[in-house]
Amino acid sequence: MGLQAYLILAALVFGIGLFGVVTRRNTIGILLGIELMMNAVNINLVAFARFSGSETGMVFTIFAICITVSEAAMGLAIVILLFRIRKTVMADHLDLLKG
Amino acid sequence: MGESIAFWSLAVVLVGSALAVVLSKNLFHSVLWLALALTGTAGVFLLLEAEFLAAVQLLLYAGGIVTIVVFAIVVTERLVGERISQTSRSLAAGAVVSIAIVGLVVNAITQRGLPTTRPPMAGDLTRTLGESILTRFVLPFELLALLMLAAMLGAVYFARPED
Repeated sequence: MGLQAYLILAALVFGIGLFGVVTRRNTIGILLGIELMMNAVNINLVAFARFSGSETGMVFTIFAICITVSEAAMGLAIVILLFRIRKTVMADHLDLLKG
Repeated sequence: MGESIAFWSLAVVLVGSALAVVLSKNLFHSVLWLALALTGTAGVFLLLEAEFLAAVQLLLYAGGIVTIVVFAIVVTERLVGERISQTSRSLAAGAVVSIAIVGLVVNAITQRGLPTTRPPMAGDLTRTLGESILTRFVLPFELLALLMLAAMLGAVYFARPED
């Protein structure tokens, strides 16, 4: 399977994650969509790294995975704190910054 | 031939579970489908001969992130009376946007000639990655350690018990 197949697969998963981010109302659901998008980016990175013969892309992928894990932990801590204060996780009701 | 079968079955699993993640009414089911999608991605990494990355993916993503998301769902759910249900709005608009973006990207991908054969790579990927991280990429490695420390402290501080 050529590079094209892996890139199209990653693009599909990215689009599905984007759909999840745009339509979900629950904040944790939005975070799940973001995880899918990051996953698609990682597939892209590894595919390009493999088909160009250098392992730099794979090192980048390791860094991206670690950063994503940190971001997910922080995001979920924020969600938990928001739930304590506002008693809801529906993104429609989290409008404290609204003008 | 074997690679084609593996790729298509992994693609079906990955795309199917990704669709189930975003379309599932129950948030808990979404997380379980996400675990399957992340495992499918680890399989794709194995197909691309990045076995170290497949192991990292399984450990950190399918193990770590799924666990903390499950805990977050348990903590932020009003367990008395309210069912874990999930409604979505404006599915059509979201579908139009995502199909447009995917179409744009796929159009860009199929226009150029992309390589179809794999160049030979260094034999032991784990050793090569380890040497790269500790020699050429040592500065990003140390910054990453600082970042993860800051993230861990921040998360612990945010979610501390109320007093």
